[in-house]
Amino acid sequence: MEMPPPDPAILSRKDQIVAGLRAILPADAVIDDPVETRAYECDALSAYRCPPLAVVLPRSTAEVAAALRFCHEQRVPVVPRGAGTSLAGGSMPTADSVVLGVARMTSVLEVDYADRFIRVEAGRTNLSVTGAVESAGFFYAPDPSSQLACAISGNIAMNSGGAHCLKYGVTTNNLLGVTLVQMDGTVVTLGGPFTESGGLDLLGLVCGSEGQLGVVTEATLRILPKPEGARPVLIAFSANDIAGACVADIIRAGILPVAIEFMDRPCIRATEAFAQAGYPDCEALLIVEVEGSAPEIDEQIALIRQIAARHTPIEFREARSEDEARRIWLGRKAAFGAMGQINDYMCLDGTIPVSALPEVLRRIGELSREAGLEVANVFHAGDGNMHPLILYNANTPGDLERCERLGAEILKLCVEVGGCLTGEHGVGVEKRDLMRVQFRPADLEAQMRVKDVFDPRWLLNPAKVFPLDASAARRAA
Amino acid sequence: MSHRPETEAELAQLVRDLPGPVSVRGGATRAGPAAGPEIRTGGLSGVVLYEPAALTLVVRAGTPLSQVEAVLAAEGQRLPFEPGDWRAVLGTEGTSTIGGVVAENASGPRRVQAGACRDSLIGVRFIDGRGDVIANGGRVMKNVTGYDLVKLMAGSRGRVGVLTELSFKVQPIAPAQATVIVDVPVGAAPAVLSAALGSPFDVTGAAWVAGQGALLRVEGLPGSVAYRSKELQNLLSALGAARIEDDAAIWTAVRDVAPLAGLPGDLWRFHLRPSQAGAVAARIGGAVMLDWGGGCLWARVPRGVDARAIAAPFDGHARRMSGTGLAPADPPEPQAVARITDGLRAAFDPRGIFSGDADADVLYP
Ligand SMILES: Cc1cc2nc3c(=O)[nH]c(=O)nc-3n(C[C@H](O)[C@H](O)[C@H](O)COP(=O)(O)OP(=O)(O)OC[C@H]3O[C@@H](n4cnc5c(N)ncnc54)[C@H](O)[C@@H]3O)c2cc1C
Ligand SMILES: Cc1cc2nc3c(=O)[nH]c(=O)nc-3n(C[C@H](O)[C@H](O)[C@H](O)COP(=O)(O)OP(=O)(O)OC[C@H]3O[C@@H](n4cnc5c(N)ncnc54)[C@H](O)[C@@H]3O)c2cc1C
Repeated sequence: MEMPPPDPAILSRKDQIVAGLRAILPADAVIDDPVETRAYECDALSAYRCPPLAVVLPRSTAEVAAALRFCHEQRVPVVPRGAGTSLAGGSMPTADSVVLGVARMTSVLEVDYADRFIRVEAGRTNLSVTGAVESAGFFYAPDPSSQLACAISGNIAMNSGGAHCLKYGVTTNNLLGVTLVQMDGTVVTLGGPFTESGGLDLLGLVCGSEGQLGVVTEATLRILPKPEGARPVLIAFSANDIAGACVADIIRAGILPVAIEFMDRPCIRATEAFAQAGYPDCEALLIVEVEGSAPEIDEQIALIRQIAARHTPIEFREARSEDEARRIWLGRKAAFGAMGQINDYMCLDGTIPVSALPEVLRRIGELSREAGLEVANVFHAGDGNMHPLILYNANTPGDLERCERLGAEILKLCVEVGGCLTGEHGVGVEKRDLMRVQFRPADLEAQMRVKDVFDPRWLLNPAKVFPLDASAARRAA
Repeated sequence: MSHRPETEAELAQLVRDLPGPVSVRGGATRAGPAAGPEIRTGGLSGVVLYEPAALTLVVRAGTPLSQVEAVLAAEGQRLPFEPGDWRAVLGTEGTSTIGGVVAENASGPRRVQAGACRDSLIGVRFIDGRGDVIANGGRVMKNVTGYDLVKLMAGSRGRVGVLTELSFKVQPIAPAQATVIVDVPVGAAPAVLSAALGSPFDVTGAAWVAGQGALLRVEGLPGSVAYRSKELQNLLSALGAARIEDDAAIWTAVRDVAPLAGLPGDLWRFHLRPSQAGAVAARIGGAVMLDWGGGCLWARVPRGVDARAIAAPFDGHARRMSGTGLAPADPPEPQAVARITDGLRAAFDPRGIFSGDADADVLYP
């Protein structure tokens, strides 16, 4: 992975730039000490790091606007940052950039249960949005596994998903409005606590734009009443394609589970060793969770049981208590940790048409054998979003490169069968150079024209999303 | 002059060769006849791919909506966002196309639970003003690869490009449904609708119709529908006399805005904060209907009257759907938003080819 060389002119003006920022922001909002800026050198794609020129941590939309206006005048690139949990290198800086973090903007600004929305500052963590409305029986639906740490601003920039998105959708389906500051300091309000604003859907365009169109400082989010209850079942199968066929039948039957999770044998084996969840010895297992009151859950599970029976499962395990439910989820939730225990791993995020599941799993197996690296599969089967985990050893020279090559092959396979490179983690720097696998030049050009409109100087998070050579002329201009 | 290309490539060439602005029309059931040259999309028709087990449908933009619905119904599925038939309320004729539905982001009562058209749309192909074919999104439900131009195109009303192909996430038709009807006047309706939508009973329609009252729909498996409608009835009877009906036609009428069809005057639609719907209805006076829990308010007002001004203050957006009053069909956008909108239209359509409707009220009188 390559990043553009830092602009020497900017590096040489560091003192002047930092002084300029200090003149317009409170003293403690500007960090340039190299020890302190190191905390911002990477996100959760920690194989790649680079400390920024400086970090600013504003406390208000006005301060964000002032910082951006200044960087715009000075032509200094800006990398927006929430909590830094991106798995795609989305918030990784360059040496000539200013990181603009919204972590100090965490207030709840308004809650309205009758109109079912909450308005927050964008640095608030995902989980604490739900925390603010829970006592009234509400929740914020998109729930990435990183929800304890990740910020709403990062969720919006990546259009993040979660375990329950099969029923509730991803961030874009739950976002009602934002306050956005453009690179030149212009503050724009998009959407609000109503369904439509007329005009083009700029809110939909900003969501998922990876911090390249503007800095989000406030967000209006839809909140939903909590369901009465939820219960998982675990279904074990003797082959991946049987499990895949069962998923298809559940979906066709018109049951809408909140989650259908899939684990293959390598993944089951690793998590069993680590978490001892007591999973059956099988090739593939599904965890299907349904919601509602107790009788409604019974009704749905009876149907799922009937459907599963047609696929001769090795075992059908229904949680009879809170504790059994917890044990069913235990292995799934421990999957990433388990992998981390035995190895370094790289987590992929491609999506495939659900119907291609058996074929894709077979071919991932072949690619894995060819590369000599083990791949464990755990994923959201209901929507085809796969998370193959490639196991490698960071201390073995060449292993990371082999792992990245295998990852690229698997993602190409996802695109080849009709899917895409990333279902929820975003492109960032990680998948930037694969974009041409999925898009023709005109498709990429159309997207870059959108950035031209919001950020004509290409200063916001410039070296991300688009292949470097595709964006070079624009970044140089 | 009316062009009717039969293929995407032909359409792209046509756009490249066009000397000046055109209007884009699907079935023209909503947008009035074009003032100048027009492109008709009816030649770009048919299902490209339908995988019921993956809940995905890919279809060409000129396909009649009725055909899309029939193809899905044959497999027990439907479009989640429940687009309506507005020919009666608008007094128009013709055949709505799926492209027209997407270009208007047209959504019906189920929007409160399943989202709008834009939330079910997962991929687009379109021709921009240069005559380039642009693809975005795809046929899978979860996709964050690159910018989301799918959302940009949903609701773009023929002013950014011509849609040629659309991918949707579809849903199974629920085996059962029921409606709880609460006898309240419009002023009291938002509170009833909010109470229902704030309950765990998964309401898939929340409307108010004159002469009926507040309408709350639940859908799903039969036992679940029986349970939830009973619970809702118990919950809401504190607010008004509540009974349960199982007539699905109630929702066809809401979807098609049938209660306001055939009445005189201009038709207006407000998107607003649900809790403001009662006050706005009172200020407007005349015939109204609420949908989306009060977040959508329909009104008939005397011809030429500026309902937007009468309704103020409210948070949201009002559009005049018919008539030729002094008030613009859409309010002007705030300056910072307009700058972006204009920039985007110029970026996708530098020659202004898709500005055929720009200055006209594209409305039936
Ligand atoms: C253990 C783990 C589990 C995860 N699980 C999931 C999961 O289940 N689902 C999922 O979707 N993701 C998951 N992620 C990925 C990650 O948590 C999400 O992408 C998250 O939304 C990032 O939020 P953040 O606040 O950490 O953003 P950051 O990493 O700080 O930034 C992410 C992107 O957002 C931009 N950005 C941040 N703030 C702003 C702003 N104010 N304005 C404009 N742009 C901004 C950045 O420039 C960057 O491009 C996981 C990550 C980890 C480490
Ligand atoms: C503002 C508005 C909102 C509506 N909202 C709803 C709603 O919420 N719920 C509902 O049930 N019904 C709604 N409708 C009504 C119904 O959906 C329309 O009658 C139907 O979508 C029109 O289809 P048509 O093929 O006749 O389109 P036309 O009447 O021919 O065109 C309608 C608009 O879409 C554009 N257009 C048509 N095809 C394309 C294409 N292929 N590419 C790009 N642009 C195209 C046109 O330029 C025009 O602006 C709405 C209509 C309008 C005008």
